[in-house]
Amino acid sequence: MTTSWAMKRGVGVTSILFWIVLALLPLIGFVSESSSFDYYMFMGQSMLIYAIAVLGLNLLIGFNGQISLGHSAFFALGAYTAAILMNFGGWPYWATLPIAAVVCFAAGLLFGFPALKLEGHYLALATFTLAIAVPQLLKYKAIAGWTGGVGGVLLDKPDPPEWTRLSPDQWLYYVCLAAAILLFWVVFNLLRSRNGRALMAVRDHSMAASTMGIDLARYKTIAFGISAGITGVAGGLSAITVAYVAPDSFTLQLSISFLVGLVVGGIASLPGCLVGGVFIVLVQNSAQSISDWMKATFALRYDVPAWAIYGVLLLLLMYFLPAGIAGGFAQARTWWTMRGRRGRQQ
Amino acid sequence: MTEQATPLLSVRGVTVRFGGVVALDDVTFDVMPGQIAGLIGPNGAGKTTLFNCLSRLYQPSRGEILFEGQSILSVPRHRIPMIGIGRTFQNVALFDRLTVLENVMVGRHSRTSAGFVENALRLPSVGREEAAVRDKAMDLIEFMNLSAFTHRVAAGLPFPIRKRVELARALAAEPKLLLLDEPAAGLNHDEVHTLEGQIRRVRDVQGVTVLLVEHHMSLVMSVSDKVVVVNFGRKIADGRPEEVRQNPDVIRAYLGTAA
Repeated sequence: MTTSWAMKRGVGVTSILFWIVLALLPLIGFVSESSSFDYYMFMGQSMLIYAIAVLGLNLLIGFNGQISLGHSAFFALGAYTAAILMNFGGWPYWATLPIAAVVCFAAGLLFGFPALKLEGHYLALATFTLAIAVPQLLKYKAIAGWTGGVGGVLLDKPDPPEWTRLSPDQWLYYVCLAAAILLFWVVFNLLRSRNGRALMAVRDHSMAASTMGIDLARYKTIAFGISAGITGVAGGLSAITVAYVAPDSFTLQLSISFLVGLVVGGIASLPGCLVGGVFIVLVQNSAQSISDWMKATFALRYDVPAWAIYGVLLLLLMYFLPAGIAGGFAQARTWWTMRGRRGRQQ
Repeated sequence: MTEQATPLLSVRGVTVRFGGVVALDDVTFDVMPGQIAGLIGPNGAGKTTLFNCLSRLYQPSRGEILFEGQSILSVPRHRIPMIGIGRTFQNVALFDRLTVLENVMVGRHSRTSAGFVENALRLPSVGREEAAVRDKAMDLIEFMNLSAFTHRVAAGLPFPIRKRVELARALAAEPKLLLLDEPAAGLNHDEVHTLEGQIRRVRDVQGVTVLLVEHHMSLVMSVSDKVVVVNFGRKIADGRPEEVRQNPDVIRAYLGTAA
């Protein structure tokens, strides 16, 4: 690696092309005969939503060097904010997303203050408490009138505008894609600015950063706030697309999923966030398929545990691609260009 | 003394205690604008402790530190570069996962002001400020002969290069006073010679006053206008290099024999 990601030329063109391809995918629905196309669109929505959640987490972990096991809590807060506004306020679904962002930003900022005193393992434990407390808090009887208690809140799936002639799932895919493009653009802008450099400087050497005039407390709390705000938007989108929120969707396991997506995609990598989102959705599903396939092919008597297959897949990835999938791609590209250059010199 | 009355930096009776240990004991000296001042003393004499007081990493238990006549002891750490004090670190404290250019650009943080919202939306004003920061950083990279490393990540660079990056980063904030903590440590003979020229140019071209902590005697003696000697936390000598060199206390406590 000779240059850091933000300085690479050509990042702009490649990523714009990539987003265009993502925008064209739903159009396949107009020619495809597949009856499960809407299901694929729903998977696409989930991937984009997880990608946004991982983006939020990456800003905190990858670019600012703070850990969080509590992002499922911010995801839940965003989801419930959207659900309650739609259900009780009669808000249009799209208008709930900025509110979810603001509410989660504020919550993240507040949590960022105690986090200032904690680092590494201690911060991991503190955020862990957030992840385990929130599902129970959502069931708390005194607020059950709003949250629906254990049963959660059932929502209506929004209808697409008529002129689009899209199915609801195609439309919601575009809603998720628009949010993803906006948030990736915002984070990309931040990271190549003085504030982004300051966030990374705090990560790499906090003492030196403070002698450069960077206010550590300010930058660490704001990083927590923005990170939570972005993950909160993902939560809001999940409430809209699933049309249902319930406490047990937002357990510690969700936080761990984000973390897995982050590490597998690539720490401190923006394309890695998308890879992570795809991975979370795809591999959890395919572990079950692999299990079924193994049972059938080898005529096994019992099911192969899907989570064990997932675990093995994860271990293999960590072993062969320690820098994550996006990191692996970057290394392969460097190797390829070096090889090309060497070839030309000979 | 002539009428150039106010010192740029004035250290007055500074005392630092860590538990029962007195790291600095009633140290007093001045640095005049445009001077290159050397701070020397055996290991553990308290030199880095003093630097850490100047950049507000430590709070003295007694005494006063004045910069341009104003006390800095109530200035928060991150505002020190804004008032004009920059520094480098003994062990080189670069941002390892950023490029050389980005490192130097971080050095300019205190001279820029764009906020999170402006940056997130990449408003036009941001583009102008960024371009100015980049130009300034590129100039300094050239000034420190680092052009070949501009887009390299700091982590893998050789030690002497890293030291130059750190110096460029400190200069990016356009400090009035630059604190250099053992700039020659780990450099070979030629590199020390280059460094000497760079320190002089920093003073002569950039107009920066320099205070350096150094063990490399010949560098300190040749580059400094004045030398302050500390031992066991106390100041034992303060004057022109040739005076300090003859000082019997210094010879006894620090140099061992006349160098």
